[in-house]
Amino acid sequence: MSNDWPLYEVFIRSRSGLEHKHVGSLHAADAAMAVEHARDVYTRRQEGVSIWVMRSSDIVASDPTDADALFEPARDKVYRHPTFYAIPDEVKNL
Amino acid sequence: MYTQGLDSLGKECVHTAAGDTAALEARFQGKVDADEKIEPKDWMPDAYRQTLIRQISQHAHSEIVGMLPEGNWISRAPTLRRKAVLIAKVQDEGGHGMYLYSAAETLGIEREQMLEQLLAGTAKYSSIFNYPTLTWADIGAIGWLVDGAAIMNQIPICRCSYGPYARAMVRICKEESFHQRQGFEIMLALARGTPEQQAMAQDALNRWWWPSIMMFGPSDTESRHTAQSMRWKIKRFTNDELRQKFIDITAPQAQFLGLQIPDPDLAWDESTQHFKFGQIDWSEFQAVLKGHGPCNRERLEARRSAHENGRWVREAAAAHAEKQRARAQRAA
Repeated sequence: MSNDWPLYEVFIRSRSGLEHKHVGSLHAADAAMAVEHARDVYTRRQEGVSIWVMRSSDIVASDPTDADALFEPARDKVYRHPTFYAIPDEVKNL
Repeated sequence: MYTQGLDSLGKECVHTAAGDTAALEARFQGKVDADEKIEPKDWMPDAYRQTLIRQISQHAHSEIVGMLPEGNWISRAPTLRRKAVLIAKVQDEGGHGMYLYSAAETLGIEREQMLEQLLAGTAKYSSIFNYPTLTWADIGAIGWLVDGAAIMNQIPICRCSYGPYARAMVRICKEESFHQRQGFEIMLALARGTPEQQAMAQDALNRWWWPSIMMFGPSDTESRHTAQSMRWKIKRFTNDELRQKFIDITAPQAQFLGLQIPDPDLAWDESTQHFKFGQIDWSEFQAVLKGHGPCNRERLEARRSAHENGRWVREAAAAHAEKQRARAQRAA
């Protein structure tokens, strides 16, 4: 009964050195089965070298309606970017 | 904790007899030699793990203590723009400390333990932060020289063999690039200013130059860990190589500013295509490292009182979370 199987989120490391990235989700009876299923569902074309799974119910997400309050304050802080500072062309390696 | 989550399937955590260790070590070194990354669940020699814990936690402590000398000038920045920039920079340093502490935690040490080591004075941090910031020009000199030296050190670590450290460093280097430019911009404004402002810039360079080039650590002949760290690809260049690179790119920048680097022996060497420079006073470096710098005591005192003064906040947050949990349980 697939309805009894909890949902797992799947993260794949596409190659050595990179971080795991979220690729999707699937149902499985337990974590070990989730890894096996993730192998079959998400890496049929050698998409990865490592798999992480976690119960979807363990994820706490920000509320989309809060997006402005959370992220808008960073919008006018252009001085956090290197291009904000005018350095004469003659000065190298900065 | 991160490492516990990773252990849940445990297939790779092979328990081995002593005889297998040599084979595991050979496989490990093979991966490092092939430029593959070592990840938290992979087998690694204990000395590699300990070296990384030491290096990453020291690096994290340096970011956190590094907030103090600059924080000193936030309330006295000359303009609102400079103040906003300085706050943003100090925020970044705090964030970088967090990235690094969590990278260290993937190796099995707990955050609490690292904090205890810092506050007890048993952990090291970069000796540069034990110097005082006496004038506004020091904020310029720190961005230009101290962050410049840090970037020179950190860029090769983006290719370090330990995955979580390398990835943290990519993020840090990306964010760090504005730090050096804002510092140079401050120096440029002063260098183009009144004679008093120029003198202030020169004074800051005089005081920060030698400590900055000491940031690369002891000379290769004295450095205990270099050879092993290079074999493990934790380090990609030696201390002296990085120091030379830094001096080579910084000397022309000083010249552009019209400032004099406080080293009478500094001169371009046509035959080597590098700048020659004078003797470094390593006794000063050793003294600061041992706790006898101008601000060692003040820095640790500031960290300790921040930790103590924040205790009630941590306790209140934990109590609140506990109350919410109990309430949810009663409701269920």
